[in-house]
Amino acid sequence: MQVSSFNLIISKETHLITNNSYHNIVNMNLSIQVEVNGKKHRSTVEARQLLVYYLRDQLRLTGTHIGCDTSSCGACTVILDGKAVKSCTMLAAQADGCSITTVEGLAQNGELHPIQEGFREEHGLQCGFCTPGMIMTAVDLLNKNPEPTETEIRHALEGNFCRCTGYHNIVKAIQYAATKMKEKEVAHV
Amino acid sequence: MCSLIGQAVKRVEDKRFITGKGKYTDDIVLPNMTYAYIIRSPYAHAKILKLDTSQALAMEGIVAIFTGEDIAKSGVNGVPCGWQVNFNTGETMKEPPHPLLVKDKVLHVGDSVAIIIAESRALAKDAAEMVEIEYEELPCVTDPYKAIQKGAPVVHDIAPDNKCYVWELGDRQKTDDYMAKAHHVTSLEFVNQRLVPNAIEPRAAIGDYDETNDRYTLYTSSQNPHLIRLLMCAFVLGLPEHKVRVIAPDVGGGFGSKIFHYVEEALVTWASKQIGRPVKWTAERSESFITDAHGRDHVTRAEMGFDKDGKIMALRVRTAANLGAYLSTFSTCVPTYLHGTLLQGLYTTPAIHVEVTGAFTHTTAVDAYRGAGRPEATYLLERLVENGARELGIDPAELRFKNFIPPFDGVNQPGYQTQVALQYDSGNYPAVLERALEMVDYKNFRKEQEEARKNGKYLGIGISTYIEACGIAPSAVVGSLGARAGLFESAQVRIQPTGKVSVYTGSHSHGQGHETTFAQVVADKLGISMSDVEIVHGDSDSVAFGMGTYGSRSLAVGGSAIVKSIDKVLEKGAKIAAHKLEASVDDLEYAGGKWTVKGTDKSIGFGDIALTAYVPHDYPQGLEPGLDFSSFYDPANFTYPYGAHIAVVEVDIETGKVNLKRFVACDDVGNIINPMIVEGQIHGGVVQGIGQALFEEAIYDDNGQLLTGSYMDYTMPRADDVPSFEVDRTITPCPHNPLGVKGAGEAGTIGSAPAVVNAVLDALAPFNIKDIKMPLTPQRVWKAIHGK
Ligand code: FES
Ligand code: FES
Repeated sequence: MQVSSFNLIISKETHLITNNSYHNIVNMNLSIQVEVNGKKHRSTVEARQLLVYYLRDQLRLTGTHIGCDTSSCGACTVILDGKAVKSCTMLAAQADGCSITTVEGLAQNGELHPIQEGFREEHGLQCGFCTPGMIMTAVDLLNKNPEPTETEIRHALEGNFCRCTGYHNIVKAIQYAATKMKEKEVAHV
Repeated sequence: MCSLIGQAVKRVEDKRFITGKGKYTDDIVLPNMTYAYIIRSPYAHAKILKLDTSQALAMEGIVAIFTGEDIAKSGVNGVPCGWQVNFNTGETMKEPPHPLLVKDKVLHVGDSVAIIIAESRALAKDAAEMVEIEYEELPCVTDPYKAIQKGAPVVHDIAPDNKCYVWELGDRQKTDDYMAKAHHVTSLEFVNQRLVPNAIEPRAAIGDYDETNDRYTLYTSSQNPHLIRLLMCAFVLGLPEHKVRVIAPDVGGGFGSKIFHYVEEALVTWASKQIGRPVKWTAERSESFITDAHGRDHVTRAEMGFDKDGKIMALRVRTAANLGAYLSTFSTCVPTYLHGTLLQGLYTTPAIHVEVTGAFTHTTAVDAYRGAGRPEATYLLERLVENGARELGIDPAELRFKNFIPPFDGVNQPGYQTQVALQYDSGNYPAVLERALEMVDYKNFRKEQEEARKNGKYLGIGISTYIEACGIAPSAVVGSLGARAGLFESAQVRIQPTGKVSVYTGSHSHGQGHETTFAQVVADKLGISMSDVEIVHGDSDSVAFGMGTYGSRSLAVGGSAIVKSIDKVLEKGAKIAAHKLEASVDDLEYAGGKWTVKGTDKSIGFGDIALTAYVPHDYPQGLEPGLDFSSFYDPANFTYPYGAHIAVVEVDIETGKVNLKRFVACDDVGNIINPMIVEGQIHGGVVQGIGQALFEEAIYDDNGQLLTGSYMDYTMPRADDVPSFEVDRTITPCPHNPLGVKGAGEAGTIGSAPAVVNAVLDALAPFNIKDIKMPLTPQRVWKAIHGK
């Protein structure tokens, strides 16, 4: 009945892997090196560890959230080597050698990123749970398309659920940020 | 300083959320913490024949495993229901126990069977695979209407007909008589489908027992920490309340589903004592789908009788409401007192009768979900009105104007007594529809629609008007209706010696923005800066017993409690000021943060008075030091927000796809403190209603498996499914609370679903379709068009 995110990746049922070798694989520890928000980390992770758990549990960067187990909600979105990824959908081990930005790494020298500012100015959040994922997705969108139309924004947010705002003000927040970034020509993440 | 009331002040809580520093329950890590995984029933109805945990227990990293047997032995009770609804015969409702862990027989997919506690989440899950359970599957029933038919599988032996209650309201005889005399009767049989609330933060709970002080702390994603503490201590675990602290930190949305006391909260609290370490449980989404209380799920037959001019004469409603396998905290009152009492709508209908049968089924519990009963009432009313108008050949807007209750302000004109127990507070109902029609340009739309049809384009417009009972509610009234709790709110206003203000509210914010709205109220009343005000909520150790947030009650009830405390602060402050200014209290006025002797320039500031209160050297004789007041506010009535929503759709008759082109809403939620926040609430609510109309449905198969048990299967509305909204408001103050506010949290959800469905049926008027079952998926619409 329950879909486990672990099982999505390594299914215990699969005939290719015997019970024993499954446990050997999942319990195997790997050493990885990643740069997160500009800081280098050398860590030991379980082979089956998802990136999102590595960020949350090991690095204690709890701004990246978990809203589902089917790679649908986008609450876990981070920027990995310049692109938005759902950190629940890859293994920490796969991030070895990569550079990651989480929501905690967006503000620079105490100054909010224009997208963060947009969310506040346009009331783009209520409970705040989807917000980090929304913000990181918006970072990716505005990197690729600095002047998106409303339709393009809505399309870009397809992979992110918000149950609170009805999306109306999230769209406005991203429009606000686009204008702001153009004005300021802020260096992109 | 200009008034802060009515200003779109940016939210003070946003900073932590946009920087990733919010603190939700799952973000909390306690020293020496363990992780729990709950084994759940894969069957809807089955006997547990064997449960063997020995292999799992022997695994590395497993701290403990508890089963239903352990729970039963420990003398712990099940979770209680908070509202007693009686049979129309006077017999009390059937109230089966809801154990924390099941011992003999599971009653729905997801029922909790055992809890595994381990050094990590992953290890606990691994061990779950090694627990051996043998079930004997039994026949099940998931549909409320089928459940109450003869011969249906029985959920609880104490209710062999699966009826929890049969409840009625209104005048049966009068309704039958008026209906018989009606010129035209429009009737509908329909389903208000089951929904999954789906707050994006999955539920989580951490139990932490501190042996040295014999104290428990429970962190939980809850909308009402005090209520959880009361229910858990007094009914489930039998703990002394003063030894239990419940903290609801940042909570990622609730929509009703986080009101209720869930078994996991009591389990982690209890287990923490057993193992002497903190225990954390966090739901996975698939687990949320089968354990968070669901919403709606009514099977209804309703009739509306009209006279020849289109005046509504009578309304008769028969509903089978699904309660699920167990009675969740407020499940029983939702289809009854929150549904039947709203069937007057905005209309003068002289005869109404409703009968609701609460049915047990082998499904996840059903309880309040945004709107709770009121969307169901509004849906049936607005569908009947619209169908009636079409059948009578009267314009649906015109038919509504014919039937609206005339305007009344609740001050000079009395409140409006309905046929179904409530007394509306104040309203100008025609005004909201007039405004919404103007916004959408109704007159021209009809022309456009006609033109479009000629070109093979099917445009439709759908209206919905609604009223809801919010600000729940006077304790004595709800008590007489069966509530087992009071419904007041608490507020403590603590003025610090430097004049800074800490406010402790029993309301709980999980997205509503209380830290901003409440601070606006306080700063405005005291004439100080908002940055000098801090709002504290969600911790039973610091906040006085409060009732929490649901039923759009925070500002109307919680805000009023704050105002009461502020009034007390100002009253005492005036005495100190009078002493300092050597004037009489009556000669003083308070404005702009200072007391002034009327007609002079002699004044003293709020900060000086605060300091004097705590350094009472030169001080009125006999007056206690300090400036710190608590209040409990118990409202005189519900509040009654209302509004008109209009949807414009285009239906592609080749594919059945509904394209929502415009959505217009004019709501009256009384006075407004922060219009930005109110509009945000409307937007979010509207999308949940649109979700019900077009996308969402919890579907059980015949074996009681939830087929839509993940985001891959349950269609959540996404950003590209909805347009931007056009919202406006009228303001009719609530006459019975100090802020004149009515509540805005549920309005959007209540009004929007019928507007969208009516719009689709309007677009398809040439096909003469009477009903399409929600959600109006392309498949269903296409089938309806093609008569399938
Ligand atoms: S948690 Fe990654 S998509 Fe939902
Ligand atoms: S703000 Fe709550 S889910 Fe988006």
